Amino acid sequence: MNSKTLFYIIKRIGLAILTVWVVITITFFVMHAIPGGPFVGEKAISASAQAALESKYGLDKPLMEQYGTYLKDIITRFDFGPSLKQRGRMVTDIIADGMKTSVKLGVISAFSALIVGVVLGSVAALRRNKLIDKIIMVFTTAFVSMPSFIIGSLMLALFSVKLQWLPANGTTSAGLILPIITLSLYPMAYITRLTRSSMLDVLGQDYIRTAKAKGVSAGKIIFGHALKNSLIPVITYFGPMLAYIVTGSLVVEQIYAVPGIGRAFVSSITNRDYPMVMGTTIVLAALIVVMNLISDILYKVVDPRINLE
Amino acid sequence: MMKNKFTMHVDMDAFLPATEEEKKYMVQMRPSSTFFKDGVKRLVKNRVALVSFIIIVLVTVASIVIPFFWPYSYETMLGNTPGKPVDSSYNNLPPFTYGKTEQARIEAGENIFPHVFGTDAAGRDYFIRVVYGTRISLAVGFFASIIVLIIGMTLGSIAGYFGGKVDMILMRIVDIIYSLPDMLMVILLAAVMKLVLAPVIEGTILAKIGSNIISLFIVFGVLYWVSMSRLIRGQILSLREQEYVLASQAAGAKGGWIIRKHLLPNCISVVIISTALQIPNAIFTESFLSFLGLGVNAPMPSLGSLTSDALNGLISYPYRMVIPALVISLIVLSLNLFGDGLRDAFDPKLRG
Repeated sequence: MNSKTLFYIIKRIGLAILTVWVVITITFFVMHAIPGGPFVGEKAISASAQAALESKYGLDKPLMEQYGTYLKDIITRFDFGPSLKQRGRMVTDIIADGMKTSVKLGVISAFSALIVGVVLGSVAALRRNKLIDKIIMVFTTAFVSMPSFIIGSLMLALFSVKLQWLPANGTTSAGLILPIITLSLYPMAYITRLTRSSMLDVLGQDYIRTAKAKGVSAGKIIFGHALKNSLIPVITYFGPMLAYIVTGSLVVEQIYAVPGIGRAFVSSITNRDYPMVMGTTIVLAALIVVMNLISDILYKVVDPRINLE
Repeated sequence: MMKNKFTMHVDMDAFLPATEEEKKYMVQMRPSSTFFKDGVKRLVKNRVALVSFIIIVLVTVASIVIPFFWPYSYETMLGNTPGKPVDSSYNNLPPFTYGKTEQARIEAGENIFPHVFGTDAAGRDYFIRVVYGTRISLAVGFFASIIVLIIGMTLGSIAGYFGGKVDMILMRIVDIIYSLPDMLMVILLAAVMKLVLAPVIEGTILAKIGSNIISLFIVFGVLYWVSMSRLIRGQILSLREQEYVLASQAAGAKGGWIIRKHLLPNCISVVIISTALQIPNAIFTESFLSFLGLGVNAPMPSLGSLTSDALNGLISYPYRMVIPALVISLIVLSLNLFGDGLRDAFDPKLRG
């Protein structure tokens, strides 16, 4: 690792921290721009009760002071304050609870997308323009164009309502099968296309020809040279894939009633549970930013020739 | 004829009228082709792009024209007649069936327009709701892309043209917005914006469009201009360094000429292509938000909200979910394929 790479990494980490701070700031001020504050719109409460509530949650202090406290609580104690709708529970606890299911869902989806995508992409590249390549490309094109909520709804209609093969409720382990397939289809299709094109690119390189000329076996060429090099672009997709899985989980958990963070987020928006909306947005955003950071740095370290500027 | 090359005598042969044979050589074999004509020619040859284009045109025209002659409207609950109790026989009609009063009128020999896709849970004609939803989705996609185009092009060309400090500040802002998780920010802004906007636009003409759609446009304008402006800035920066610009400068061309003749025409194809590819993106985002209940205001339908509403009755009425789902997939797929075709036809350099 030379000093240039190091400089890049430091700069990139700085940008990531800045981004998370911007997210926190935007979220805080945007939520506080809502007219009437969080206690309006519920059952009519008296002015004194409202004032009591506001002083309890610190809403009567000046905005900048509230902002300072909020920022300090997040940094020092990872504390997003109490939930307004689930009385007596802290936002951090609710998020941690939902994360258990969502992380399981997301990690399994990401890995299945990665494995299936790389295998299908390599097969398509090695059998270029054959029937199997064409079939793979048609399906991946279709999956890339279908929004996740459409895939989810259609699969729910087909597999749990029409055929009744799999449960529609995502609370059990078997019930997680459909959500995982739904979430992984798009990244799978994307990785397939990415692997195919980069594999085709690598197979045309001189060093592959040299290896062939030296009499290296086909298996060794594919696994030793081609696959390793064609996976480099796939690394860049890690960040966007996580972003997709996070946003996709919002609808997928809604469709299949999975008790995860995505469903908690959506219902907190409809319930106007402001601290919960803010906390979830910040945690998910930080997750995406960190993942983008890791995938960018990994990309740079794996292949130092790449100039990201 | 001319024996001495250095003679001052004029060669009279050169002034003879041209023979027919000579004229033939001068005829243009084919009219000179412009950049645009070339592109269109390539585009028409691309079957996939052509079919996609035809599908887009058909869907667009249908979504505009059909509501004019369709006898039902997207918000009329057919079972509700003023002064009478609600006739629930109109709710949840299967396709091509009729409500009680309509049944009676048919028996009396009247011709009743069929409910092609039946009605929804509130007794509204479902076909016209799908058509309207398509119209809304297409309109949102189109206008959102135009907004992104205008903001992105202005800021991008400012950054590229002025360079220096302006460029640096703008590009740092772009960097930060670019690294924000866009979908989360869109959800947050859309959720808040509609609450903030609703009292502001109350009573104005904008209220008719709905606070949700307007906040969607604002969110798009705020978040999605960055990639467009980056693209245009990069284009202008790299085009400035191209050899043909240097050649033009060497030939004595002035700045204005270079911008008009070289920079802009070369930018425009990239601009059009990325705008075209932005439209399905916007449609996708709108339907995603509508699905989460953050999109268009009820009773206005959009393809996303129709799909999400239909989830409740999925077991009995699966077609109500499948129809809008298929329409939206068809639109997004055709727009994507057409955009790819546009890219191949107008910017062969980008072809992978």
